[in-house]
Amino acid sequence: MSNIKNGVNRRKVLKGATAGIITAGVAPTIFTKGAWAQEFRNDPKGGDVILGFNVPQTGPYSDEGADELRAYTLAVKHLNGEGDGGMLNTMQPSNLKGNGILGQKVTYVTGDTQTKSDAARDSARRMIERDGALIITGGSSSGVAVAVQALCQEMGTIFMAGLTHSDDTTGKDKKRYGFRHFFNTYMTGAALAPVLKDEYGSDRVAYHLTSDYNWGYTQQRAIKDATEAIGWRTEKTVLTPVGQGDFSQYITPFLNSGADVLILNHYGKDMVNSLTQSIQFGLKDRQVNGKNVEIVVPLFSRLMAQGAGDNIKGILGSANWNWSLQDEGSKAFVKSFGAEYGFPPSMAAHTCYVQTLLYADACERAGTLYPPEVIKALEGHKFDGMGNGATEYRAEDHQCFKDVLVVRGNANPTSQFDLLEVVQEVPRAQVEYDASIFGGELGPYEVS
Amino acid sequence: MDALILQVLNGLDKGGAYALIALGLTLVFGTLGVVNFAHGALFMLGAFCAVTFKKIITLEQIVLSKTELSPWGTPLEIRTPYAQQWFGDFGNVLIEYSVPFSLLLAIPVMLFIGIAMERGIIKHFYKRPHAEQILVTFGLAIVLQEIVKAFFGANPNPQPIPQIFMGAADLGVMVGMAENVITYPKWRLVYLFFSLGVIAAVFAFLRFTTFGLVVRAGMSDRETVSMLGINIDKRFTIMFGIAAVVAGLAGVMYTPILPPDYTLGMDFLVLSFIVVVVGGMGSLPGAVLAGFMLGVVQSLASMTEVKDIIPGIDQIIIYLIAVIILLVRPRGLLGKRGVMEN
Repeated sequence: MSNIKNGVNRRKVLKGATAGIITAGVAPTIFTKGAWAQEFRNDPKGGDVILGFNVPQTGPYSDEGADELRAYTLAVKHLNGEGDGGMLNTMQPSNLKGNGILGQKVTYVTGDTQTKSDAARDSARRMIERDGALIITGGSSSGVAVAVQALCQEMGTIFMAGLTHSDDTTGKDKKRYGFRHFFNTYMTGAALAPVLKDEYGSDRVAYHLTSDYNWGYTQQRAIKDATEAIGWRTEKTVLTPVGQGDFSQYITPFLNSGADVLILNHYGKDMVNSLTQSIQFGLKDRQVNGKNVEIVVPLFSRLMAQGAGDNIKGILGSANWNWSLQDEGSKAFVKSFGAEYGFPPSMAAHTCYVQTLLYADACERAGTLYPPEVIKALEGHKFDGMGNGATEYRAEDHQCFKDVLVVRGNANPTSQFDLLEVVQEVPRAQVEYDASIFGGELGPYEVS
Repeated sequence: MDALILQVLNGLDKGGAYALIALGLTLVFGTLGVVNFAHGALFMLGAFCAVTFKKIITLEQIVLSKTELSPWGTPLEIRTPYAQQWFGDFGNVLIEYSVPFSLLLAIPVMLFIGIAMERGIIKHFYKRPHAEQILVTFGLAIVLQEIVKAFFGANPNPQPIPQIFMGAADLGVMVGMAENVITYPKWRLVYLFFSLGVIAAVFAFLRFTTFGLVVRAGMSDRETVSMLGINIDKRFTIMFGIAAVVAGLAGVMYTPILPPDYTLGMDFLVLSFIVVVVGGMGSLPGAVLAGFMLGVVQSLASMTEVKDIIPGIDQIIIYLIAVIILLVRPRGLLGKRGVMEN
């Protein structure tokens, strides 16, 4: 009775309870955007945002890894407002202010993938569990990317892939927590084939030497499909062991095979060796079927081109990016990187730098570091000013779609870095495909 | 038929490299009784003598341009090789022929490295079990390759072929066949003849010199030679140095075929050990015979016709042959009784 006396009746209690529920349930989402951020792994809670750079620091791709690390270091500097800002000045749209991520300073830890899947997973796990890394990014191998991406999905940590070119990364092995800015083998085939037709004609016979691992298979399939679509015939496809060294026993069968184009689906040291030895066998001085014999290297990188020396001159291939591009984004990045290190960045460095900025920008747009919200901010995001023209992170497979470069080994380089000339910037529309053709499932946003 | 001839040439060429490394391994094992897993690293160090020589003769004078800028806004660097400035046209010849010239650098460097390795580390393991010798020399190989990586990076370092040896020689035309039927890279032919020359020189040295006579005697009966008042240890140390030189020269001349990186030695080491075992531990002719034989067999197994019947045979053929030979002749092709049998 005393309650009634004090003016507290059932109706008032219900009103109060309802108001309380609304206050407790809704108000935080209005006034404290990002309050869910309390519940995720490695929430910095106002401290430094720690990024995990997982790159090959030892092993055959350690030079490429070193270049990736340089780019990441530069990206962190720019995010924290140091240096000239690089692509922060050209990225469109951009929510980055040079004050870290969501006002929190950005720092980083590093791991060594050794270009081995097990080692890469171990170093990624160590950075997440021990060092507090909020994301994992980097790498120079599709095998490593797929392995680390799967781990990151399990752990609820975003993975921004480095150099990975296999279709599987955003195809059958795609993951909700994995994002790839780099192009893939399908795009290489789609971009390269029309140029091959223009340069060498449609009546050609191809012979493939292919690295015997996942990337090689997808690269061979993409180039074979694309060249057969322009009228070429495939004489033979031969798998070669990874790290073969001497390819002479695989090159000699080509000589009398009747084929007039040798396609080297090799990367890294294998590419350097097979290309060097093919040139020594005098392939470029031969004629078959009344045509000059040609060599094609579908995936080029400037760092690998340095290893091949003069042998790369005149050879056609594709690249994700090249430092000689003259758009504002590329120029800004080359200027920052060159001033910092004294030489231009590789395409691996470019993709890693861009990935870091894209992640930071997505956090700003989401207003939180909470991974599911950052993922949603990245999915379907359209941007420009980062070196490849208008680009989109496709929501269906987390693959970036942008212009692809067809490049040729420079016959008259003006410097030790001027090894590739851009033959054509193939528009994005020409390399797009249906996300469903490679299968795979992204998986859930929320992981336990 | 032409494909067969080409693969035999490939095999002989590859076999030349195997034989030279295996020859050095056998020399060390036969004289010092040491199983040297760092021998592949000596091949790699030889290759990097060529890289170093080229780096030295292509050192550049860098002048900053007062008018032009680099793409990143710093003054453009104008580079001119000192060799060109100092020696004119001969400087260009030095650069073009850097690989043959670097043989002159490799001989003293590899001799010094070999002797230092033997005196500094390996002599302390003569009386230790072979397992410990393998562990210490394998560890040494890893240390050497990491040092090379620290100085030269992980990427391959391409080396030039002199202009006259560029491209392929039409061997078919020389024997009356049609053009372009049997063509083979000129530098690989140079390598084949070079390896045959070095092998002949080593055998001649051991056969026709007093030093070689003493070494051969020491390989057969070390104690008796020592009792005659001959310092056989000193001669064996020199033999270690010579084995290092042989591996190093093989490495130098291989650089145009395979742009060297720090893993080069390991790539050849396992195969070379198989060559030694198949040839017979301690047998120099066995090492050479097995080197060429396994090189040819490996190339023939890579022929499309063979792989169509047994896919992947090219990857296992050497190991398969090794198993068969060791089952039939446990001491290898030309192995002697008593070697590594206690």
